[in-house]
Amino acid sequence: MSLVTKPGTRYRSAVDQTEVIVVKPAKGPIDLRCGGHPVVAIGTEAPTGLTLDPAFSAGTPLGKRFADGDTGLELLCTKGGAGSLSIGEVILAQKDAKPLPSSD
Amino acid sequence: MHLGMLLEMAADGMADRVALGPLASGLTFAELASRARRLGAALEARPGERVGLIDLNSPAVPLTLFGAAIAGKPFVPINYRLADPQLRAIVARTAPATIIVGEGVVERVGPVDGIEFLSRAEALALAEDPEGKEKDGWGGDADEIAVLLFTSGTTGEPKAAVLRHSNLTEYIISTVEFAGSAQDEAAIVSVPPYHIAGISAVLSSTYSGRRVVQLEAFDPTAWVTIVREESITHAMVVPTMLGRILDIVEADGLGLPSLRSLSYGGGPMPLPVIERAVGLLPNVGFVNAYGLTETSSTIAVLGPDDHQAAFASDDPAVRARLASVGKPLPTLEVSIRDAVGIEVPVGERGEIYVRGGQVSGEYLGRGTTLDSDGWFPTRDEGHLDEAGYLFVHGRLDDVIVRGGENLSPGEIEAVLLEHPGVLEAAVVGIPNKEWGEQVVAAVVTSGGVTEEDLKAHVRTRLRSSRTPDHIQFREELPFNESGKLLRRVLRTELSEAFT
Repeated sequence: MSLVTKPGTRYRSAVDQTEVIVVKPAKGPIDLRCGGHPVVAIGTEAPTGLTLDPAFSAGTPLGKRFADGDTGLELLCTKGGAGSLSIGEVILAQKDAKPLPSSD
Repeated sequence: MHLGMLLEMAADGMADRVALGPLASGLTFAELASRARRLGAALEARPGERVGLIDLNSPAVPLTLFGAAIAGKPFVPINYRLADPQLRAIVARTAPATIIVGEGVVERVGPVDGIEFLSRAEALALAEDPEGKEKDGWGGDADEIAVLLFTSGTTGEPKAAVLRHSNLTEYIISTVEFAGSAQDEAAIVSVPPYHIAGISAVLSSTYSGRRVVQLEAFDPTAWVTIVREESITHAMVVPTMLGRILDIVEADGLGLPSLRSLSYGGGPMPLPVIERAVGLLPNVGFVNAYGLTETSSTIAVLGPDDHQAAFASDDPAVRARLASVGKPLPTLEVSIRDAVGIEVPVGERGEIYVRGGQVSGEYLGRGTTLDSDGWFPTRDEGHLDEAGYLFVHGRLDDVIVRGGENLSPGEIEAVLLEHPGVLEAAVVGIPNKEWGEQVVAAVVTSGGVTEEDLKAHVRTRLRSSRTPDHIQFREELPFNESGKLLRRVLRTELSEAFT
C-alpha cells in the first residue's frame, strides 16, 4: 500500500497508539508503516485482526521527529505508541534534536 | 498543524508538570488543557466569530489563546493602552466577536455593534466550571487564522497581521524541542499579550514544558522580585526593560541567581547595556532574537555561545557580531536585496527578505505581501557578514536621504550610544531646503556632555554628512510600551524644534 504524503496530514498506527503528523512530505508515494503494518489516515477505520510485529516494536515516543533521507519525509509523533515507524521494512531514524537557544 | 494539537501533546506527554503559576499551586498542563477545552466549548457556542482580549497578563491569556483555537475562532489580543477612540475603532473592526476584558474596558469602549464583552472573571469561571463540557478536538484546520495582531501603528492606520495555525506551529516545532525543558525551568512573561512575543512565549513554553509565571504588566521591581522568589530560569525582555532591571540588580547587589537565559529583542540593544548586563549577570546566557509579527516571532538568533565568542575575540569582525542578531533559523531563508529586488553581495546593505513556513506576511483585508516566490520583504534594512550573521540597521522607511546620500539612523545611533555619557539616542531626518533632509539626534545623557562633544564623537567615527546637524538633549525618548521608538512622534517634535 502506498501513500502520497502531504504536510499536515495525520496518520495513526493500525496496531498501537502511535499517531504522527507529516512535517515534510515524501517526494513520491511511500509505504508508510507503524508496528509493521500500513498506517491509516486519522478518522478512517483500521483493518481488524492485525497485531504488532515484534520486529517493529521499539516504540515511537511523543514529540520526537522521524526523517527519511531518501524520500525527504519528516514526521512528528503527536501520540506515542509501542510500534516503530518504517517505510516498507526500513525503520525510520529518529531525528537528532538541535534545539535553538530559547528566544521567547 | 493546529495550536490545539500543541496543547494536546503537552497535556498527553507532561500532564502533571506545572504549566502556569507558582510551583506549589499552579495549573498543570492537564488542567490547563482541560480548562482551555471548557472555555473553547463555551466560546464556540457564542455568536462572535472572533475572540478578542483587552487585558493585562493573567491565566486568561493562555486559556483564551488555546480556547479560541479549540473553538476554531481567531484570537485577537488588543492593546489596552490605546486611547479610547482608537481602542473603540479596533474593537469595531473585530466584530462580530466575543471580547474578554479587564477592569474598566467596557466603560472605556462603550457598546459596539456585534461585540459581546465577557469579563476576565467570567471567562475564568467558564474555564473552571466543573459542570462545563470540554470540547473534544479542535475547530478548523491548520490553514485557518489562529491569531490576528494589530501592528503597533507607529506609522499610519494599524493593520491586522494574519497568523495562521500553520505559521505559528511551524515556528514552534522547528525551534522548540517537545518536552525539552528541564523540570525546574520557569519563564517569566512580562511582555503584553497583544505583542507577538506574548503569543510565542505561551506557545514555546507549552511545547517545551516550561512553567510560566506571569507579570500583569512590566514593572522592574516586581520583575526582579518574581525572578528571585519563583526561581525563574528564563526571561525575554525588550531593551528598555533590561536597563531598568539592571539598575535594580546593580543597586541591591543581589544578582539573579536562578536566571540562566535572558533573551532580548524588539528593538536595537545599545552595546553598553548588553556589556553591563554581562558584567552584572555573569552566569546568564544571553540570546538576541530578531523577528517580526508577520514572521510568527523569531527569525534569527544570536545565542549564548555567539555572545561569549564575540566578547572573547580580538578579531573586529567577530567582536562586531555582538551588534548582530545572529544567524537566521535553519528552517528559513534570508536574502538581502536592493531596491529593485536583486540580491546584493555579502556585506552590502539592502532590504531583508525572508521565506519559510512560519512567515505569514499577510494582513487582513489587504492580502499577502509575499512575492510570487514566497519571499516576504520586511522593510528592515540589513546585511549579512561572511559567516552568515545578520545585522539589522532599522526600518527602511526611516532611512534619511541627505543631499542624495542614504543614511541609516541605526548606524548613527549606535555611534552615539558608544559615547559613555549617552544613555539613549535616536536619530531622524527632518525636512531641509538645502539638503532635502537633515540629520537630527535626540539623546538622553548622564550629564556633563555637550552638543559639540557628541558631534565631534560622531564626526571622528563616521563621515561628516552623518554627523547630526542638531542634537536635542531630553529627559526621555518617546517609546511605546513594547520598547519601540515612536519615530513619527519624535520626528514631528524635532521638526518643530529645528525648522
